[in-house]
Amino acid sequence: MIDHILDTAEQLEDIARNKEQSDILAGKILAVLFFEPSTRTRMSFETAIMRLGGNVLNLGSVDISSIAKGESLADTIRVVAGYSNAIVLRHPMEGAAKLASEFSSVPILNAGDGAGHHPTQTFLDLYTIRRESHLEGLKIALAGDLKYGRTVHSLCYALSHYGADITLVSPEELRMPQEIINDLKNRGLNVTETDSMESAIKDVDVLYMTRVQKERFPDDAEYQKVANRLKITPELLESARSEMKIMHPLPRTTEIDPGVDATPHACYFQQSFYGVPVRMALLALVMGAME
Amino acid sequence: MSASKKEIRVQPIENGTVIDHITAGQALNVLKILGISGVSSGVVSVLINAPGEAGNKDVVKIEGRELEADEADRISLIAPNATINIIRDFEVQEKKNVEIPRHVEGIVKCINSNCISNSNEPVASKFEVRNLKSGIELRCDYCERVISENIAEHLL
Ligand SMILES: Nc1ncnc2c1ncn2[C@@H]1O[C@H](COP(=O)(O)OP(=O)(O)O)[C@@H](O)[C@H]1O
Ligand SMILES: [Zn+2]
Repeated sequence: MIDHILDTAEQLEDIARNKEQSDILAGKILAVLFFEPSTRTRMSFETAIMRLGGNVLNLGSVDISSIAKGESLADTIRVVAGYSNAIVLRHPMEGAAKLASEFSSVPILNAGDGAGHHPTQTFLDLYTIRRESHLEGLKIALAGDLKYGRTVHSLCYALSHYGADITLVSPEELRMPQEIINDLKNRGLNVTETDSMESAIKDVDVLYMTRVQKERFPDDAEYQKVANRLKITPELLESARSEMKIMHPLPRTTEIDPGVDATPHACYFQQSFYGVPVRMALLALVMGAME
Repeated sequence: MSASKKEIRVQPIENGTVIDHITAGQALNVLKILGISGVSSGVVSVLINAPGEAGNKDVVKIEGRELEADEADRISLIAPNATINIIRDFEVQEKKNVEIPRHVEGIVKCINSNCISNSNEPVASKFEVRNLKSGIELRCDYCERVISENIAEHLL
């Protein structure tokens, strides 16, 4: 199933790049229900439906809509399903997409449910790895906030379908929860932990960076110390393999030096672009325009 | 000394259900799961910490009501060794163990305060039940959070 979605995305990539035109979703309406702010995910879904000839129906601002008047998510979904062919939902509470799917007559695409899931991000991460590196026999280092970062947790679980060598780089306070590490090992992944960027990046195909949030630290000094230790710079990259790719879900703060952008390692802007063909594939599949 | 003298501390019931071998201390939670409260009709007697062959146990006797299998099975979440005895005409007519259901709805509250099932939505909480060596685990259908301890404390 995952591979089929990735294959479909690859077929649609030229349309995403606007090298080819398509109207396979002409006459279809995608309702975009974001109960939380987002730019990338929302815009790439909107681009995806438009590139395939469909239209977008936006919820507008939550505080002036009926939700502000206390309407339940269940009711909102039932109403909006009547206006659209599929609904993209971002909601601050865990399980919101699952609930929505119980009340919707059209497909629901989960664009993030609180600390729960953000599956389209995981698909685009996998797609990026497949396009820019390789999924089979992957050696990947994940760096930054591995404790709270759901993106990296989901990606690791997804990689367990392919098998991978995973190196986790994080400060002591932001290590990946032991239950997750055990789970990953039980699924056949090789997992090692380190707090040294230098050693972690030497032998990997992909370095996946994440943001370390200031709020996680007692004071600014402590945060700065950690942030500096996890920072990736052109100098540090000298010890990396030439084909090593750096990914980041964006937005970045200080963890990737802008000097890295011009190196062949930088891959995060491609990654954010790949959100478009991946979401096009999901839309085309759930709306029945492709099989 | 006859068994009946030792065992039956309350008056025999004519028709109804005796839930025996309830984990000691869980009788009131059993009533809660079954939705039995003071306003329910019919006599309900509760024995707490009654001595049994395998240590103390609780017993609940419900007059005039025969528990359905799916009602009885919910009890297994907090009293996996409970036995259900259907009494007709003062005699035990049927005896069965409770079976751990695969899925439960509307009995337990999710421990994740940010779970959509804890908000004002028109849905019952729903859990997948897993029977592990370490005990019973409930996994929320919505947020996937697992309750592995003190299930009784999270009854709705
Ligand atoms: N007519 C009755 N009224 C009330 N309780 C009863 C009656 N008959 C049996 N019981 C109770 O139901 C439970 C099961 O009865 P029984 O099958 O005789 O015992 P056991 O399961 O210990 O072999 C016991 O706790 C017993 O005291
Ligand atoms: Zn939940």
